[in-house]
Amino acid sequence: MSATSGSTVRVAGPVVVATGLDEARLYSLVRVGKRRLIGEVIRLDGEDAVIQVYEETSGLQTGSVVEDTGVPLQVELGPGLLGQVFDGIQRPLPPLAIKDGRPFGEPFIRRGVEIPALPRDRRWDFAPAVAVGDIVEPGALLGTVPETAILEHRILVPPRMRGTVTQVQAGEATIDQPVVWIDDQPVPMMRRWPVRERRPIARRLDPDQPLITGQRVIDTLFPVARGGTTTIPGGFGTGKTVQEQSLARWAAADVIVYIGCGERGNELTDVLKEFPELSDPRTGGPLMERTILIANTSNMPVAAREASIYTGMTIAEYYRDQGYDVLVLADSTSRWAEALREVSGRLEEMPGEEGFPAYLPSRLAEFYERAGAVRCLGGDREGSVTVVGAVSPPGADFSEPVTQYSMRLAGVFWALDTDLARRRHFPAIHWTRSFTLYDLGAWFGQHVAIDWERQRRWALELLQQEEQLQSVVQLMGADVLAPTERIVFLIGRMLREDFLQQSAFDVVDACCSLDKQYEMMRIIRLAHETTQRAVQEGAEPDLLMSLPVFADVARMRNWPPEEVAARARELETRLIEEVEAV
Amino acid sequence: MTTPRLDVVEFRTVEYVSGPLVFLEGVHGVHYDETVEIVAPDGGLRRGQVLEVNRGRAVIEVFAGTRGLDVAATRVRLGGDAARLGVGLGMLGRMFDGSGNAADGGPPTMPEAFWEVNGLAMNPAARDHPAEFIQTGVSAIDGLNTLVRGQKLPIFSGFGLPAAALAAQIAARAHVGGAGEEGFVVVFAALGITHREASFFRRFIEDSGALGRTVMFLNLADDPTIERLLTPRVALTAAEFLAFEKGLHVLVILTDMTNYCEALREVSTAREETPGRRGYPGYMYTDLASIYERAGRIRDHVGSVTQLVILSMPDDDITHPIPDLTGYITEGQIVLSRELHRKGVEPPIDVLPSLSRLMNAGIGAGKTRPEHREVADQLYSFYAEGRDLRRLVAIIGEAALSASDRRLLAFADEFETRFIHQGVTSRSLEETLDLAWHLLAPFAAADLKRIHPETIAVHRQETPSPQPGLVSGAPDAAGAA
Repeated sequence: MSATSGSTVRVAGPVVVATGLDEARLYSLVRVGKRRLIGEVIRLDGEDAVIQVYEETSGLQTGSVVEDTGVPLQVELGPGLLGQVFDGIQRPLPPLAIKDGRPFGEPFIRRGVEIPALPRDRRWDFAPAVAVGDIVEPGALLGTVPETAILEHRILVPPRMRGTVTQVQAGEATIDQPVVWIDDQPVPMMRRWPVRERRPIARRLDPDQPLITGQRVIDTLFPVARGGTTTIPGGFGTGKTVQEQSLARWAAADVIVYIGCGERGNELTDVLKEFPELSDPRTGGPLMERTILIANTSNMPVAAREASIYTGMTIAEYYRDQGYDVLVLADSTSRWAEALREVSGRLEEMPGEEGFPAYLPSRLAEFYERAGAVRCLGGDREGSVTVVGAVSPPGADFSEPVTQYSMRLAGVFWALDTDLARRRHFPAIHWTRSFTLYDLGAWFGQHVAIDWERQRRWALELLQQEEQLQSVVQLMGADVLAPTERIVFLIGRMLREDFLQQSAFDVVDACCSLDKQYEMMRIIRLAHETTQRAVQEGAEPDLLMSLPVFADVARMRNWPPEEVAARARELETRLIEEVEAV
Repeated sequence: MTTPRLDVVEFRTVEYVSGPLVFLEGVHGVHYDETVEIVAPDGGLRRGQVLEVNRGRAVIEVFAGTRGLDVAATRVRLGGDAARLGVGLGMLGRMFDGSGNAADGGPPTMPEAFWEVNGLAMNPAARDHPAEFIQTGVSAIDGLNTLVRGQKLPIFSGFGLPAAALAAQIAARAHVGGAGEEGFVVVFAALGITHREASFFRRFIEDSGALGRTVMFLNLADDPTIERLLTPRVALTAAEFLAFEKGLHVLVILTDMTNYCEALREVSTAREETPGRRGYPGYMYTDLASIYERAGRIRDHVGSVTQLVILSMPDDDITHPIPDLTGYITEGQIVLSRELHRKGVEPPIDVLPSLSRLMNAGIGAGKTRPEHREVADQLYSFYAEGRDLRRLVAIIGEAALSASDRRLLAFADEFETRFIHQGVTSRSLEETLDLAWHLLAPFAAADLKRIHPETIAVHRQETPSPQPGLVSGAPDAAGAA
């Protein structure tokens, strides 16, 4: 493909129109103006190529040169991704801040800077898994590299390549030096892949295993499948970001791709400060070593915000193909949708609902459908990409288009509630408005406790009853409740305060094991059964609830993980004794 | 605002004038976003900015408005440079118009540099974690919604609510734990507020002796509307210079952002863009972010930019696009309540919908007091319950309540009249937290579910709890109603 060049005829914010790009294809990458700003062709209209520019276009003139690179927007894939912070088009952010040897000498993002995504000078220790003469298929394992202390990076045969290994070079190499030759063609460790194209797989697997998150309200009530999709809508202040960060910390995934899409800059500093200090619950290594951050904050160019989702997703698929479980956290898909709307508006397209372009639902579907548990190409590896997309509905009104479309596409809906957040009930996931479509009861029954699903249904039902009683009490006071209703009311409150609430900032409470979740729920259920029985025999509900044992029920959250079984047994005995004494 | 110009090109090809916009035809080499000078038929100069270039046509917004401009005689000068502000330490103690020209009759300031007013996005990887407590002297903020250096916190107000007074108090008093008083300055940007409000603010600062460490940018209600789009950017450019070049801690006060958003809508409408919610442009989130995100700290740099943004919620509606989009960008919000204002609670801060997202980083042992978080959570929880009970009491009467419910109800009242209410007095953090413990005194330790039993034990030992009946007579009630 020969590179051609044209010139700009129109500049309006992130949208630039150029003529003369005769050979440009849709989604070709172009360089605009003297500063060689990075852009992408998003529409071809006769002579005109419409380009969205990923950098600030301030100062750009009409008549500026536009150069077609002939390739689509791609990401670099290879060792060195983990622990890195990129912008929406995969420029590494920490190196951008270096100036005159000072690590933060240039704290503002300048334009037209070219820094490769992956460091070219770093050497990696390549351990081959193939020998000369081996016949390899697409996706087959070529060798491994210890990328971080906790993750082995697997170098695979590129998806469109097959043949016989003719040479192997073990030992240290940079990512662009060849390590294996297939039919005499050199294969380096680094790959490139267009971000808007999904990476091939052997086949999809059924989502029948949960992704354990350590969050009680999620794992117990609304679990997400490994390879599933979730949407978290919530007005501002309902804790979307804290929720996403809790997932990034505690979810049982091998790799976390966190896409900060049009959100706050200061939030990223939280992650950058804490993640290197926190340890991965599964491997004990620093959390940062399993994390990749894509940061396109709200004040960074809007078109790059649109691309950031695809950049993150492509990197996630790359690790999935190596046989890992990847969790993609997108905060927030509303800002991404707004980027679409802004570009669409500049293109003067006919608007759909609330000014969003008519293709919003299909773009959202493309994004969510890149999730999945898969059998990987070229081997017996299984990997998954689980997607959690935060949604920021205007005015916390869930009837707006992004929430509605996301709800239709995602398998799990964690509805964050403004009222709960104002009462400081966190996580503010509302128990009657949320749902999960994944049927994971069988897995929990097999791996945690046989009556897990029954217990879950009991809790959901009780919460539902409590909500109904709540509306009665708000109208007429608690006195009108019958004693058994009063128990439901009080146990519901116990479930809410002592089980569903979970502090993301408490060392012990932040992550709750499945065994502990089960035991906590079992105790509350037992409290329900015993007090219900006592009430039927004439005991006073409020007297029952003031028993000292319930103060310890409220402190179950502080049980250290290793003492859960013993503490639960002890509490169970006390509960039965104290209630019977009444 | 000073604009160094090298090669100025002049055009007389105004095609038409509409609202705040001038459309120029047959131009070439126009830079997107550049600043231009418009020579009116009467010879007067106005500034404008290029919003779009499309083939030979340029769309220009005129900050001072288009009144008096015509098609025949109006000339437009293009210089090819983005809007810049001459910045320097000499700005301290001075007053400027909404575009950054000296407006206090004093001599022009001596600029040390010319900075682009649109600024550049701060590299998220170079940001430092905001974690230093700023004491504002207001209990509802220091105790429950703590402000930290580098934070952006809006005050959601309503028309007629005393947001300006609150902001002025904070600006006059805010200091950082005793230290850093010297390096603390205020940049004040008035966006379409009245002369009365502006002079109130100026007097307040003057009386507190802080005028010498204040820079004021004023675009008042009768100043050109479109200039308001420039004013916050000019102010933030000055703030960034003082913070990151001069190592000062800058508190920026922007008031009232509602007027800014209306100017944005006016330009958008004139451009016939597809409107978003309530006619505000679809890119308002991005536009507001380009202002609010200019707060923060930078690693290895001394200074900081903290923003306190006032906006009036039209019809007190928190779901209106202006407070809504703001809340999604800022790190929390302080919400003023008309009901509390009517009750005479000053400042009328409704703490339930208020929030400071960066509070946790700025409080606790070594910063404020170790029990700060727990006490704040307990106050919230009791106050929320007490407020719910009020609704119930309105229906079923107080007699039907249990003793513990009545205690909560009494707490909610005390909390408003003694904790939130403080009039013009300033409270140290120590006083705020001690007052909180006093209010919690009537409750049994077992009821304080949000506070660790050990913390309660330590505190109740140190400060013997007063009898519930005596609470309202406690010594620090001086500022209360």
